[in-house]
Parts: sequence; structure tokens; C-alpha cells
Amino acid sequence: MRSARLHDGAGATLNADALRADARRESFGLLALLSPGLLLVFAVIIVPIGWLFWLSLFDEAGQLSAANYARFFEQASYIKTFVTTFKVAFTVTGACIVLGYPLAYMLSQLPRRAAGVCLIFVILPFWTSVLVRTYAWLVILQRKGLVNTWLMDLGVIAQPLSLANNFAGVVIGMTHIMLPFLVLPLYASMKTIDVDCLRAGMNLGASPAATFRQIFLPLSLPGLASGVVIVFVLCLGFFVTPALMGGGKVIMWAMRMEQTTSLYSNWGAGAALGVVLLAVTLALLGLFQWLLGARATGVWSQR
Amino acid sequence: MKKRLCIHGMAVAGLLASVAVPASAADTITVASWGGTYQEAQTKAFFDPTAKELGITIKQDTTNGLDDVRLQVTGNAVKWDITELGADECARGSKEGLFEKLDYNVIDKSGINPKLVHDDWVGISYTSVVLIYRTDVFGDKGPKTWADFWNVEKFPGRRALSGSQATETLSVAALAKGIPIDKVYPVDIDGALQSVDKIKGHIDAWWTSGAQAMQLVKDGEVDMASIWNGRAGTLKKEGAPVAFSFDQGVLTADCMVIPKGSKNKDIAMKALAKFVSPDLQANLPLYVDNGPANEKAFETGKIPPERIKDINSAPENVKKQVLQDPAFWRDNLVDATEKFNNLIQQ
Repeated sequence: MRSARLHDGAGATLNADALRADARRESFGLLALLSPGLLLVFAVIIVPIGWLFWLSLFDEAGQLSAANYARFFEQASYIKTFVTTFKVAFTVTGACIVLGYPLAYMLSQLPRRAAGVCLIFVILPFWTSVLVRTYAWLVILQRKGLVNTWLMDLGVIAQPLSLANNFAGVVIGMTHIMLPFLVLPLYASMKTIDVDCLRAGMNLGASPAATFRQIFLPLSLPGLASGVVIVFVLCLGFFVTPALMGGGKVIMWAMRMEQTTSLYSNWGAGAALGVVLLAVTLALLGLFQWLLGARATGVWSQR
Repeated sequence: MKKRLCIHGMAVAGLLASVAVPASAADTITVASWGGTYQEAQTKAFFDPTAKELGITIKQDTTNGLDDVRLQVTGNAVKWDITELGADECARGSKEGLFEKLDYNVIDKSGINPKLVHDDWVGISYTSVVLIYRTDVFGDKGPKTWADFWNVEKFPGRRALSGSQATETLSVAALAKGIPIDKVYPVDIDGALQSVDKIKGHIDAWWTSGAQAMQLVKDGEVDMASIWNGRAGTLKKEGAPVAFSFDQGVLTADCMVIPKGSKNKDIAMKALAKFVSPDLQANLPLYVDNGPANEKAFETGKIPPERIKDINSAPENVKKQVLQDPAFWRDNLVDATEKFNNLIQQ
């Protein structure tokens, strides 16, 4: 019996060796197939980011130093910019959820054809230039813009509301631009929710509100989470809308990058800002992944 | 290591550029300026006549400023032979060694303010920062001085100042404190910042581009603003209800340089000599509101007398304005801008 087991073992080892060799050959083959892609990723992503980081370590005299990072603490304006950036990102994400969730819910409940037509209205602005849409908002929101003129003509307000060239303007403009990024993944995930689950819930005596709260909402959360992640991350690096709608008072991180790059003679000053933004974004993505699970960050992955 | 990586990256970019653009003949130079109506005016005033006279081809490009020159020079991929910059950018770039030395045996510097004649850069034109107000709000009793602009009780209304050009806003802030125009430079930066601090709560927008300043005034988003005279002139021509004057304006110069490593340095030098010659300089105000840097242009007889009073660099108007000092900002720009940015941010 002992010898038989040995014999078996020897056979297994023999086979295992052959299998391992085979597996190794196959993985080398796959690696070879993948190598052009990997090289490309290395050349266009890893190298430039590494270079950016490298540049951020040199001061204006070309000496290795941490001056570019120390500046964030020495100059209060950088901290303010950082806080503003997050304030805008949180507010816009919140506004997108409030507006986007009911919209996606409505779309998901409409008959297929009607939903298709309505989706066009979500996607059309999505395809229009951000610059054009931002200027359009400026025309609508400014002191003598449409909203203020109408409200004053109707006698609702006596003094024009300040809706542009401030924080409110930035939030309104950015919410409009970010909304499709939340609605589309959310809609996709809502469409996959089995209607039979809802019917079963109601069949068992749950009110429509309870069915929504206990079945639909939890099932739609992964889609919402992925939408929130995209919107939040895009907000952190946004430039055009805050630059045009903020009236120079709402300075976000990307705008500060542009200012810094032209102010200092070394690329490191701007590069350091880029490194910080990248690190913060990656850390946030990591945090989201940890909190919400892989599905939230696996954007667009669910159909 | 840093430099080698830089060169490598730029060599690739340079290679791509040279594939895209056919190799230039020896008698072709590329000149970069700010684009828009200003560059169109320069084309008619400077570039076309020079190309004709010297029998060369002048290609054009547009620039975003010193960053572009720095990128080309440090990356060994210089594609411009002459480029325009703001005078403070010229002063900074000169300190960084980004430009070729100019040969004043070829370029005749007489008639150009000595403050704008340097080893490696020379003045080309002037822009003024002026105070503009809407006449439909104030009639003709609008704010005339920067002290008026700062006086929010006497002149209530919405205001805009430049947020991107700290140099200009700090200059007008100094004027608002009552400092006479010949004492503004060297700017007392802390004093000017205190002055900005006083008005900042009443500023509705800090503009970052000439187009934005124009839009703010045109749409009535603000009732008064600091603005570049070219933009102000355009608004007036378009029939907007606005008024402005050169009183207490801040005269800022633009300059031209030959980026270090230009392949057609000698021809560029000859072309630059033409650009700053009184004869061609006198063409510029015929097409645009930016005044010539060479004051001999006013003696050529080319500029109609009734036009002269509207030109910011006409001797009469220069007397009313502060001349921004590029050398001062070369040494103080970074520090002052950081403090200014901190101050105006919400």
C-alpha cells in the first residue's frame, strides 16, 4: 500500500512537472501576446507619471529639494485651494445624486422607446463642448441674464440674485456637466434590476414605498456608487467651468496648476501639484474600493 | 538626468513637428505673437512689409507666453525665430538665459525707452490698463481715478479687476492709495496688498483674460472694471455705453525676443530691426489700439493727428500714466503673486 501510494505520487509528480511546464509555456505565450499592450501602457502612462514625479523634486535652481511640496504649507492659498476643490467636488456630487437618482429612476421605469428618447436628452448635452455649455450658463445666470431678468420682470425679486461669478455659479455649471456621468451608469444598473423581485415584494404585502426602499434602492446602490466615484474624481481635476464661472474667487486645484506653471520657472512647481492631485485621487479610489467593493470602481462594468 | 530626459522627450516632439511641417528654407522665419486682432494688425503693420522688403517668408504661430519659450529652449526644440512676450516675461526669461543676445548694430534702438532696450530683448508695443465704467449707470460722472474706484460709498456698483495679472492690479492698488504716478515704482507690495484687501470684498469678478474683462463690462455684469485699452476701444467701437481715459493708466510694454537656439538668428535680427523701426512702428496704431514702442513713430507723419490722441503711447498720453517696470517684476513677481492669490481667494 505504501509503495502503491509512492508510485501514485511519483506519477502525479511526473504529470505535475509536465503540466507546470505546459502552464509556464502558456503564460509566457500570453505574456508575449500582451507585451505590446504592456509596453504601450509603460510608455504612455508609467514613464510620464514617473517623469512628472521626478520633475517635482527639483527647485528653481535645478537642485534636488522638497521646496515644491513645502510651498503647499508655507502659502496659505494652496490649502485654501485644496479645501475649495473638495468643497466643490462634494457639493456637485451631492447635487448630482439629488437630481440624477430620480431622473435615472424615471428613465428605468419608462417604456423602452420613451426611455430611448429621454436618454437622447441626457446624452446630447454630454456631446456638446464643455466650453459652449459653460458660456451658455453664464448667459443664463449672470446679473442681466435670463433668470434674473425674468424673475425681476415677474416681480419675484427686487435685486438680481448673484448666480454667476461665485461658488453657486460653479456648482450649477459643473452639476450640469457631471450629471450624465452619474445618470448613465445608474440607469444601466437600474435596468438590470429584475422587475419580478419588486412584484414579489408587493405580492407579499409591501407598500410601493417599502418595496422601493427595501428592494430597489439596495439593488441600485452599486450603480449609484460607480456614478458617484466618476463624478467625484472628475470634479477634483475640473478646470474650464470653475475658471469661467467662478469669477476668479473659486480657485480649484487644476486652475492653481496652470497659475503655478506659468509663475515659476521650473516645471517642478506645477508637477508637484499634479503629483498631489494624482495621489489624492488614487487614495480616494482606494478608499471607495475598500468601502463599496470592487463593483463601484469597476466603472461601466455592469450592463 | 533631468535635462537628458527633457531633451529626449522634446526630440521626439521635434521629430514629429518636423515631419508635419516641411523643412523651412534658409530665408524663412517663424514669428509668434498673441493671435487675434492684435496679431492681424501686426501682420499688416510689421510682418508683411518686412517680408517684402527683405525678400523672406515670415511664417506665423501663436504663443501663450514665457512657458512656451521655456519649453522650446530647455527642450532643444526651438521652432520660433522671434516671439512676442510681456515685458516682465522678457525680464524673467532673460534672467533664465532663454534668449539670444540682440545685435544693436543691426537693430536701431533710438526712440525706444531705454528701460525697454536690453541685451536680449527689446520693446515692441504698449498696452494700457485703464479704468472703464458704464455710462448707462453713471452718466459722465463715473469713477475717473483709482481712488474713485476704491470709493464704494460715492460710486456704488459692481466691480471687476484683473486676477491673473497681479502686476497690474497691484499697480492700480498703489494708485488708489493716492501715490503719484511717478512714485508707484518701485511698488510697495505690502502697501498695495493692503489696498487690495480694502476693495476685495466689493469685487464681483477677478478676470483672467482680456475677453472675459470685455464680456463682464459688455453684459453689464459689472459697472466698472480695469481693462486693457485695446479691449476698451473695441467695446466703444461696438457701441457699448462705456467711457474710459488714459488718466492713471498703467502702461505695460510688450517685447520681442529671439529664443536661444533659433536656427535663423541672423535673418531674425534683421526682421526684428525692421519691426522696431519708426516707419513700421507707425503702421501699428493704424490697425489696432496698441501704441508703438518707438516714439519716433509719431514723427513719421504716417499717423493722422486726430488718431494720435487715442494712442496710449503718444507722448501726451504717456505723461498721464504709470510705466510698469519690468525689472521690478522680474525680481518680485513670484512672491507678490503668491501673496496676491492668497488675498483674493475666497
